[in-house]
Amino acid sequence: MKLRRSMLFLPGANAAMLSTAFVYKPDSIMFDLEDAVSLREKDAARLLVFHALRLPVYRGIETVVRINPLNTPFGHADLEAVVRAGVDVVRLPKTDSAEDVEVLEREVERIERACGREVGSTRLMAAIESASGVINALSIAKASPRLIGIALAGFDYVMDMQTERGDGTELFYARCAVLHAARAAKIDAFDVVWSDLNDEAGFLKEVDLIKRLGFNGKSLINPRQIELLHNAFAPTEEEVDYARRVVAAAIEGERKGLGVVSLNGKMVDAPVIDHARRVLQRAEASGTRK
Amino acid sequence: MNDLNANRLSNEPALDRLPRFDGYAKQTPYLKDPVQKRARKVCETLEDAIRRSGLKDGMTISFHHAFREGDKTINTVVELLARMGYKDLTLASSSLLSCNAPLIEHIRNGVVTRIYTSGMRGKLAEAISNGLMQNPVNIHSHGGRVKLIQDGELKIDVAFLGVSTADCFGNANGISGRSRCGSLGYAMVDAQHAGTVILLAEEIVPFPNAPASISQDQVDWVVKVDQIGDPSKISVGAARITSNPRELLIARYAAEVMIHSGYFEQGFSLQTGSGAASTAATRFLEGHMRRKGITASFALGGITGGIVDLHKKGLISRIIDTQSFDADAAESLRTSPDHIEISTNEYANPGSKGAFVDQMDLVILSALEIDLDFNVNVITGSDGVMRGASGGHCDVAAAANLSIVVAPLIRSRIPTVVRRVTTVVTPGECIGVLVTDHGIAVNPNRPDVRERLTAAGLPVMTIEELQQRAESITGEPRPIEFLDKVVGIIRYRDGSVIDVVRQVKA
Repeated sequence: MKLRRSMLFLPGANAAMLSTAFVYKPDSIMFDLEDAVSLREKDAARLLVFHALRLPVYRGIETVVRINPLNTPFGHADLEAVVRAGVDVVRLPKTDSAEDVEVLEREVERIERACGREVGSTRLMAAIESASGVINALSIAKASPRLIGIALAGFDYVMDMQTERGDGTELFYARCAVLHAARAAKIDAFDVVWSDLNDEAGFLKEVDLIKRLGFNGKSLINPRQIELLHNAFAPTEEEVDYARRVVAAAIEGERKGLGVVSLNGKMVDAPVIDHARRVLQRAEASGTRK
Repeated sequence: MNDLNANRLSNEPALDRLPRFDGYAKQTPYLKDPVQKRARKVCETLEDAIRRSGLKDGMTISFHHAFREGDKTINTVVELLARMGYKDLTLASSSLLSCNAPLIEHIRNGVVTRIYTSGMRGKLAEAISNGLMQNPVNIHSHGGRVKLIQDGELKIDVAFLGVSTADCFGNANGISGRSRCGSLGYAMVDAQHAGTVILLAEEIVPFPNAPASISQDQVDWVVKVDQIGDPSKISVGAARITSNPRELLIARYAAEVMIHSGYFEQGFSLQTGSGAASTAATRFLEGHMRRKGITASFALGGITGGIVDLHKKGLISRIIDTQSFDADAAESLRTSPDHIEISTNEYANPGSKGAFVDQMDLVILSALEIDLDFNVNVITGSDGVMRGASGGHCDVAAAANLSIVVAPLIRSRIPTVVRRVTTVVTPGECIGVLVTDHGIAVNPNRPDVRERLTAAGLPVMTIEELQQRAESITGEPRPIEFLDKVVGIIRYRDGSVIDVVRQVKA
C-alpha cells in the first residue's frame, strides 16, 4: 500500500529544481516533459530528466515522468529515454480511451525488452483531461495491469467542458467519475493541481474536499504545498488512538480465529481494519495533524 | 575665613603641589558666557566640527553601521576629509557594506590607508580582495571590535556618529526623529572610548533629549546634517518572511532542531539573526512554543520584526537589542519598556565583565561555507572575494549553549558544505548543528544533541555524507587561485589571528 498523497510537478527543463526537489520529500515526484516545457527545450528537458532519474538521490522516492503524447514528435523519444533511465511510473497525458493506454503499454514493453529492463516493471498512470476521458474513465482505469492510478487534470478538462475553474462545481461530475473508476479498478486516484499559490486557505479547502471524497492525493505545483497537504491528510491523535485499538482488536481476533471482532460494541470487519491501517500509515509518514 | 594668602601657609607641606583657586570659571570659561555655556558644542558645519576635533593625518576615525546599506554618514565624512586634505587615516567602521563603494577612490588617493571592519561587500570588497590596499584589512567580530579597542590596538581618535536626534549637549538616540535606525549599540562603544566624539545629528531637539543612548558627558561636538541614513535600506534582503520553499524547508528543520535540542524549556533564550531561513524559523517556533506552553526569557542580537512580533504576543519576555534590523525593531525599541538597547560591549565583548551572549541558549547562524570540521566561513565567497561580515557569528557561537548553522547545501551550483573552508571565521568546535535542505549534521562533540535529534526522527546525517552529496550533484569545484599578498586578517573575538585572506588571482 504505497502512500501517494502528494505528487510534485517539476518542469523537466529546470536543472536547479531537478537537482534538489527530492529534499521536499513528496510521496512521488513528477518530472514534466509536456506542457511545462517549451517546444525549444524539449530535447534539453528529456536529457536532464534522463540524468536526474539516474541520480542515487532519487532512489528513495517514486519517480513519475509525464511524457508528451505519443502522437507528437516527442512522445516516443521521451518514452525511450525514461524507460531506459529506470523511471518508476510513466504518466500519459490526455488519455481519452483505453486504447491510448494499450498503445503506450505495447511501446513500454518493447523498450523494456530492448534495454533489458524487467518486463512489467515500468508502471503507468493515465491523466484524464477531456469529456471523453471522463466518460471512458472505467475502461481506461482497467486498461492495463501496469496502471497504478488515474489522475484528473483540470485545465484541459474545463476547457473541453466549455467552462472554467471555479469553486469546484465544474469538476464535480469528473471528480466523482474518475474516483469511482479508480476504486472499481482498485487503483489510485489523484486530484487536480491548485494553482493559486498565495491562496493557502483555498488550497486547504480543496484538499479537505478531495480527501473526504476519497482521493488518494493531489498533484502539486510548488514544494510549499507538500507540508500543508501532508498535514491535512494526517490523522488526528484521536483517530490514531482509535486505529491502534482497531488493529490490536483485529490481531487479537485473528489469533482467536474470529472473522469479525467488536470494539466498544461496534463491529470491526475487514474494511474498518483496512481503513485503520491507512490511518496509521499516514501517521507514520507525517505524524498527527497540527 | 579665607587666609590662603597668609604668609604662614606658604611653607605648609600639605599644600605644596595643589593649585590655588583662581576664579569659578578657570576650568570652565564658557560658564561666563550664557550663550556659550549652553551652545558651545554645536558646530555650524561638519568641517567646523572636524577642525575643532583636532583630527590629524595618521589618526583613526570611527563610524557605526546601524544604517547598513542606507548609511550616508561614512561616505559623506570621508569625502569631506579628502577635500580637507587629510591623508593616511585609519578607518574603523563597525562594518562596511556595498554602499561604501565610494571609499575606493579615497583609498587610492591615500586618504584612508588602514581599515578595521567587521566585513565588507560589493565593489569595495572586490577591489580590496584584488589588492587595492597596501595594508591588509583587519576583520573583527562585533564583540572582538570592543576587545581591540579595550586592549588599545584600536585607538579611536575621532568618532563620527550619525544619530537621528541629539540635543545641543549631545544626548542622542536612534529612536526619535526622522531617520531612525533603532539601537545605537555600536555607536555607544565609540562614544565611550573615542578621544573626541562628533555627533552628526539629523535633528537638534530641545534639551534634554531622552532617552540618551549616547550621553552628553561623552560628546564633544554636535553638528546638524541633512540626512544620516536611509532606514528603508537597513533591511535589504532580510526581515521578510520568505516564500522560497527551500528556505522554508531549512527553517522548518531549524525550528525542529531548536525544539528537540534539549534547551527548549520555559525561559530559554534565542538569537536568530536576519537571514531568510532564520527569520522563517522564528515564525515556525511560535506554533511550537504555544503547543508546549512555554515562553522565552529573552531574544538577543540583531533584532527583526519577527522577533518583535513574538515579543508583542507575549512569547518573548525581553528583547536585548544591539542592532535593529528593520523599522519594526526600531519602533518596538521606542515603545516597549521590555525592549532594551545594549552596547556591543554588553552584547558580545569577551573582555567585558558580562556579555549577554554568555547567557544564550540557542542561536541560529548563517554560513557561506562550512567544512568537515564544522569551521564556518562568512567572509569569502566561492570566488575567494570578500563578500560578507564576521558580525556576531564567532561571538555568539563561542558562548551559546547550542549554535545551529543554517545553509542550503548548494547555492547556484556551488556547494556550501566543503572539505575545507576558504576562510575560517568561526572555529568548528563552537558549532553544534548544521541544518541544510538535504539533512542535518551534528558535530561529533555533541553526541547528546545528535541522540535527541535522531530520536525525534529528524534527518540526521554525517557532515561527510552532506559534503559528498553536494559534490555528487555539483562535481568538485576547481580550487580558487590566490596570490601571496595578504589582503585581510581575520581576528578572532579575543584579538588573536584565526586566518588570513589572500589576494585573488585576477
